[in-house]
Amino acid sequence: MPGPAGVPQRKMTYFVPKSDNSNEQVRVPNVIALVGLPARGKTYISHKLCRYLNWIGIKTKAFNVGEYRRRACNLEEEGENEFFSPNNARGQKIRDECAKLAIEDMGRYLDNKEGEVAILDATNTTRDRRKLLMEFCRNMMHEPPFRVFFVESVCDDPDIINSNITEVKINSPDYKGIMSQEEAKEDFLKRIENYRMQYEPLDEDHDEELSYIKVINAGKSFYVHNVNGHVQSRVVYFLMNIHLLPRSIYLSRHGESEYNRIGRLGGDSPLSENGLNYAGKLREYFEKEDLDDFRVWSSQKIRAAQTASHLKDLAGHTEFWKCLDEIDAGICEGLTYEDFEARYPKQFAERDKDKYHYRYPSGESYEDLVARLEPVIMELERQSNVLVISHQAVLRCILAYFTNKNRDDLPYLKVPLHTVIKLTPKAYSCEIELFKFDIEAVNTYREKPQ
Amino acid sequence: MEIPPGLETTKRKVAHSDEHGFSDQVRVPNVIVMVGLPARGKTYISKKLCRYLKWTGFTTKVFNVGEYRRSDANAADAIHGANASFFSPNNADALKVRAESARRAMEDMADYLNSGTGGVAIFDATNTTKDRRRIIIDFCKKQRLRCFFIESVCDDPAIIDCNVTDVKVNSPDYKGLMTAEQAKEDFMNRIENYKKQYEPLDESEDESLSFIKVINAGRSFKVHQVRGHVQSRVVYFLMNIHLLPRSIYLTRHGQSEYNAMGRLGGDSPLTEDGQKYASALADFFEEEEVPGLRVWCSQKVRAAQTAQHLKPDFHTEYWKALDELDAGICEGLTYEDILQRYPKQADDRATDKYHYRYPSGESYEDVVSRLEPVIMELERQANVLVVSHQAVLRCVLAYFYDRPLSELPYIDIPLHSLVKLTPRAYHCDSTIYALDLESGEWTETSDQLPLCDSPRD
Repeated sequence: MPGPAGVPQRKMTYFVPKSDNSNEQVRVPNVIALVGLPARGKTYISHKLCRYLNWIGIKTKAFNVGEYRRRACNLEEEGENEFFSPNNARGQKIRDECAKLAIEDMGRYLDNKEGEVAILDATNTTRDRRKLLMEFCRNMMHEPPFRVFFVESVCDDPDIINSNITEVKINSPDYKGIMSQEEAKEDFLKRIENYRMQYEPLDEDHDEELSYIKVINAGKSFYVHNVNGHVQSRVVYFLMNIHLLPRSIYLSRHGESEYNRIGRLGGDSPLSENGLNYAGKLREYFEKEDLDDFRVWSSQKIRAAQTASHLKDLAGHTEFWKCLDEIDAGICEGLTYEDFEARYPKQFAERDKDKYHYRYPSGESYEDLVARLEPVIMELERQSNVLVISHQAVLRCILAYFTNKNRDDLPYLKVPLHTVIKLTPKAYSCEIELFKFDIEAVNTYREKPQ
Repeated sequence: MEIPPGLETTKRKVAHSDEHGFSDQVRVPNVIVMVGLPARGKTYISKKLCRYLKWTGFTTKVFNVGEYRRSDANAADAIHGANASFFSPNNADALKVRAESARRAMEDMADYLNSGTGGVAIFDATNTTKDRRRIIIDFCKKQRLRCFFIESVCDDPAIIDCNVTDVKVNSPDYKGLMTAEQAKEDFMNRIENYKKQYEPLDESEDESLSFIKVINAGRSFKVHQVRGHVQSRVVYFLMNIHLLPRSIYLTRHGQSEYNAMGRLGGDSPLTEDGQKYASALADFFEEEEVPGLRVWCSQKVRAAQTAQHLKPDFHTEYWKALDELDAGICEGLTYEDILQRYPKQADDRATDKYHYRYPSGESYEDVVSRLEPVIMELERQANVLVVSHQAVLRCVLAYFYDRPLSELPYIDIPLHSLVKLTPRAYHCDSTIYALDLESGEWTETSDQLPLCDSPRD
C-alpha cells in the first residue's frame, strides 16, 4: 500500500520514553495491613487486592502470617483452639515470632525493590501489634520509609460469618485431614472467641494519625481515613467496588470474521458465514442459561456488534464500549503475520522477545490494553451476570486478571473462536469452564517462540 | 490511495448505543441530596460534582434552594436571606418561605429528571433535619427517583472560618447590604441557628439510606450502601478532589512535520519551529519555579520531543491515554483530502462533531472516556504540566472550563501556547501564555481560550 499522495517517504523515527511504565508514580513503597477477627474475609480481600494491583502494573505480594505459623509448628501436636488463647504463653510466643518473620520478609521485599506493595495478611487485632508494625515501617533503615495503610474488615452479621466459616475456613490448610467438619467448625468458633478477647478495632480517636479503611459487613458500609497517595487511593476505589454475590462472567470473541478467514490483523470486517452461524448458536446457548439481570457488553467493531445483535432481546442491557475494541496493530493493521515478518523483520523479532511490552508502531501494546481495560475490570467486579463480546487480545487481558496470570503468560493465553469462557469468581480463585461450539473456524493462535 | 478491502464495509451501519459506555443500569434517574451546616462546602461539592458528571456524559443540573429563596423575595424581602434570624427555627414566616422554596426546587428537579432532560439532579440545600430529609425521600420514592445523600461534616474551626471568609461573605445574600465584617458576624449567627436543629445522618437510624459523609474536607469518609454506577462514580470522585492550591499547565507539542503539511495525526517529529518552542518551554519552567512539578506526556514522538527539553528533575511520565484522537482512515490526510474523498464523512462530522467517530478511529466522546483516569489524577495531584494534542486538551479544558460537550470540539488551542489553570472554589482561573517565535517573548492574557470560527478545526 503506497503512502498518502504527496507525502515524502520519510523514515519514521521513534522516541524511546525514559520510563518503561506509562503509569509510574513516585514509588513510595506501601504496606497494606489487614485487620480483623477470623472469618471476616481478610484473606479474600488480600488475594483480590494482590491480583488487582499486579494487574494494573503495581507489583505486589501478599505475606500470609498463617503460612508462617503452619511452617513453624505442627498443629497435630497442638491443634486445639488453645494455641490461639492470649493466655497460652507458648502459643503467643510462636505467633509473635511468625509475625516478626513475615514483617521482616516483607521489609526485604520492599527494600530490595522486588515490589512496590506488600500485603500483610494477619489478624493484627491488637494496638500493640499495629504499633510494632508502624515502628518497623517508619524506621529510617528503609529508604524511603514505608507508607502503611490498614484495611480492617468488620462484620457483625452472623449469616456472613457462618457462611465464611463453612465455605473457606473448614477447607483451609489448618484443618484439612485433621478433624471432621463439625469438629473443625466448633474449634474455629472457639478460635474466634479467643481473638475477640483481645480485639481492639481501629478507632477514630486512638488511631487519628493512621491511614485506613474499615470495610463493614462485606462492603455495605465503609469508613475511610487519611488516604495518602496513588496506591492507597486505588486500594480504596477497588475495595468499594468488589462484592461477594454469586455471579458469572462470560467471555466470547466475535464470530469468525472475513479478516480472520484470510488471516489478517485487525481491521473492521463483517462476520463470515461460519461467524454468523456462531452468533445464532450463541443466542441459543444464552436462551438456555436463562440468567437474571443479564447484560451484554460488546466492542464497537462490526464483527462484534453483529455477534451481539443476535442477543439483543435476551439482555436487559446491551452496551458498546470503545475500550473493548481490539488491540490497535498500527502500521500492521490489515497485514497477515507473513506480511508482517516479510516487511518488518526487526519489529517481528522484537515482538517475539517481549510480547507484553511490544507496541505496534502507531498502535498499542498489551500493556496499553491493560491500562484502557481497567474501567471494564472495575465494572465487571461491580456487576452481576455479564457477557463480554470482544477480541482475542482484549479477552486475554480480562482472562489474565480473573485467572491470575502474569505478564509473560498473558499474551499467549488461548482464546479460541467459537468458544464461550464462563468465569465464576470464588473466594480464593476463579472457576473456569469452556464451552466449545461445533462450528468451523480458523485457528488464530500463534505459539510462544522457544 | 487504495482502500483495503475490509474498510469498504465501514459504510455498513453499526449498531450503536446512544448511552455513554459507563451508563447506569436501565438509566434510573439519580437525585443527589446535599446535607450539612452552612460553610461546610456543600455548594463547592455540588458544582464540582456537577461539572464532573456532565463531562463524563451524564446530563446533570444543580438545584440550589438558596437561589429559589432569593428569587422569591421582592426588594423589601431581600432582607430574608441577609439576616440570621431568618434561619432561626422559631421564625414562623421564614420557615414558610424556606419550605416553599424547597418545594418548588423539588418539583423543578422532578420535571427535569422525569422529562428525560437530565439523568442526575443535585439538590443543594442544608437539609439538616430528619423531617426535611423525610420529605425529600418520600418525594423521590413517589417519583421513582434514586436518592443518594452527601453530607459534609466539619468541626475544624480553621476550615470553617476560611470558608466563611472566602465564599459566604461574597455570596448574593450579603452583596451590597452590609460590610464584610458585619456579613461575617451575621453569617456565624446563621450557622448557630442551624446548629440548634441539626440532625446528622446516622448509620443506625438511616440504615436504609445510601449516603457518604465527607468529614473535615476529605480527611475521612463514611460511606453507606452505595447503589448503582452513578453513586459509585460520585463516591470515587469525592474521594479524589482536594482543596490545596495548585496549578495545571496544558500545552500542545511544538509544531510537527505533519502540522506544517496540514496533515491529521500520524507520528511525525518536530519541525525547527517546534524545536524552538520546546526549548522556550523549558526556559519558561526554569524561570517559573513551580514546586514539585510533574510532567505528563503523550507517547507520540512530537510530544516526547517537546517534553525532552524539560530538566530531568521534573518527573516525566508517558501516558498512552494522552495520545491524539485516532483519525482512523483519515490518519495522514489533509482536510481537503477528506472533503474530496469522503464528503459524506465530512458532513457527518460537521453535523455532530462531539459524537462523530472517524471510521476505524475515535470520536471526541471516546477520548473523554479514555481521559477520565487522567482527570481523576489531575484532581488528586498538585502541580502538573500536560504535553499532549489539540483534541485531547480540548477535552481536558472543557472539564476545567465547565464548557458544555457541544462546545468541547471547538475550543481553539493554538500551537506554541501554554494554558495555566488554577482551580478555585466555584471556577477555574485561566491564564494564556503565547510564545512569539521570532522574538522569543511570551505574552500573557487572563482569559479562557475562545472557540474556533471554522467548523473543521
